[in-house]
Amino acid sequence: MSALLETRNLERSFGAVTAAVDINVSINAGEVVGVIGSNGAGKTTFINMVTGYLKPSAGEILVDGRSIVGLQPRAVVRAGVGRSFQVAQLFPELSVLDNVLVALGLSVDRKLTLLRPLHSQKRRRKALEILAEYEIAGHADEVVATLPQGVRKLLDIAMAMLSSPRLMLLDEPTSGVAIEDKFALMETVMNRVRKSNAATLFVEHDMDVVQRYADRVLAFYDGRILADGTTAKVLSDPKVQELVVGHHLDIEVDSADAYESTVVPMEVRNA
Amino acid sequence: MQTKSIFLLIGGALGLFVLGLLVPEWLSYLMIIAMGKGIVVLGVVLLMRAGLVSFGQGLYYCIGAYVAGTLTQFAGISDVLLILLASIAASVLVAALVGLLLCRYRGIFFAMFSMAFSMILYGLLVRSSVLGSTDGFNVLRPSLLGWVPTDDASSDLVLAVAVVMVMILGSLMWLYLRSLSGYAGEAVRENEIRVEYLGTSVFRIIYTKYLIAAALAGIGGTVTALVSGHVDPEMAYWTTSGEFVFIALMGGTSHVAAPMVGAGLFELLRTYAFAIAPYTWQMILGSTLLLIIIFLPSGLWSLVSRFSRQARG
Ligand SMILES: Nc1ncnc2c1ncn2[C@@H]1O[C@H](COP(=O)(O)OP(=O)(O)OP(=O)(O)O)[C@@H](O)[C@H]1O
Ligand SMILES: [Mg+2]
Repeated sequence: MSALLETRNLERSFGAVTAAVDINVSINAGEVVGVIGSNGAGKTTFINMVTGYLKPSAGEILVDGRSIVGLQPRAVVRAGVGRSFQVAQLFPELSVLDNVLVALGLSVDRKLTLLRPLHSQKRRRKALEILAEYEIAGHADEVVATLPQGVRKLLDIAMAMLSSPRLMLLDEPTSGVAIEDKFALMETVMNRVRKSNAATLFVEHDMDVVQRYADRVLAFYDGRILADGTTAKVLSDPKVQELVVGHHLDIEVDSADAYESTVVPMEVRNA
Repeated sequence: MQTKSIFLLIGGALGLFVLGLLVPEWLSYLMIIAMGKGIVVLGVVLLMRAGLVSFGQGLYYCIGAYVAGTLTQFAGISDVLLILLASIAASVLVAALVGLLLCRYRGIFFAMFSMAFSMILYGLLVRSSVLGSTDGFNVLRPSLLGWVPTDDASSDLVLAVAVVMVMILGSLMWLYLRSLSGYAGEAVRENEIRVEYLGTSVFRIIYTKYLIAAALAGIGGTVTALVSGHVDPEMAYWTTSGEFVFIALMGGTSHVAAPMVGAGLFELLRTYAFAIAPYTWQMILGSTLLLIIIFLPSGLWSLVSRFSRQARG
């Protein structure tokens, strides 16, 4: 069986800047993959290419074994790959409820009905249920432009999840959110993602969050994939710690890591 | 729609019709012209709500008018329903082609290209002597389902057509703006990336709106041609398109009645400005728009919504 997502020698440059080169990634159903890498490492570029926002300069992207290179984002979404944005992409002058109602209409109902009102009791109830699942129902009547960062992020993810993606790419879901709120936000998001049975890839700078949620980690460095493996293995890799994390981490590699059974439990210090 | 709103609509239509019969002829004429232009502006507003300013609706306004002219003058067809259908068909057909290119552009490019297309039609009409070149030609009196009205009744028929069109199109637009398609326009204006990532084609949404706006402009042009009994290339000139944008800004975009109110006041203002200051009337129009933009940036209709909010407490 082919992987849910597979990229082969993916490459992208902007003029003289090479934002991605030799990106070979394979993600299977049910996986939760953390993506780490310093600013400008190419994480967003990777997501942009996979979702059709950017065309790769070279390489292949396969979903269920079928190439999706050249497809528009809307076609990629319909192929089952969803994404959230580093900067939440919302309808700023509409209320939170209207954001969800429009999103429901466009991504679930699909038919651009001409004369039936968007606001019906039934749809309203459905939209409020969705907001409740993401714990932002209290903001339903607020206009997006006035929302705190965390609520925006959750709304952005909630809207993307409406099309029931089989692979969800989250670009820094916790960026701009206070440290003490990060885990609560991730908890909400990961609960929804798990419930939908989607495989997930999330970009994250906070290593505590990565350790807590990722089964596997991709470390990007300078447009390349520096390491790919179980969370413990990648985070304990000295090269990753030096080039990506920027400081040392205490990592316990426990027996639950089925990926690399030869790695002995250890504590890494490379200060 | 509830029975109450249907009664309100029919009542409103009757009221408007009777008003048109009672007022002096010049005012009734002005009313019909305003309704014709109001219908065009309904389309301009539709595009504005999706973030696009068209400076080229004169293209379809002129097409609608020339369809009425050629059918009555050269084809011997005078039935007002047939003329309206033909106008809609012709406008939508042209828009379907022009829109393929135009709907890929935004902002100033959309505005300028839309103007360019209407100027192409202007250029063609000016050069076609069969259609009277710059002078245009006369439109013959319309009939309705075999009934050929007398001279006097003819203007009443056009009044009735205008009123019915305003009511029907206004209600349809009112419903449309509340539907998913209506909101899709705002969604596109606010964030195209989000719309695409919801799995929907932004182009399709804009294209649909462009076709609807073209049909409305065609209908408006037909109404104008029937009431004035004359068409000329000026209807496709860019200043005509500019007038529609002017009216849209004056009236506001928040309600379907705003373009009608805007068009009515515009025509009145122009008539009086012209009577009072035949050499500087454009200055009066310009200053009025300036004042409205400064003090009522959401258009004249914002006064109405403000009062109705106060009335409701
Ligand atoms: N549209 C673009 N035009 C030009 N250069 C770009 C563009 N998008 C990305 N880049 C460049 O490509 C490189 C990778 O950028 P990318 O946004 O993928 O980084 P990132 O890993 O997501 O960083 P961050 O953690 O800051 O979000 C950077 O050098 C960036 O400047
Ligand atoms: Mg990024």
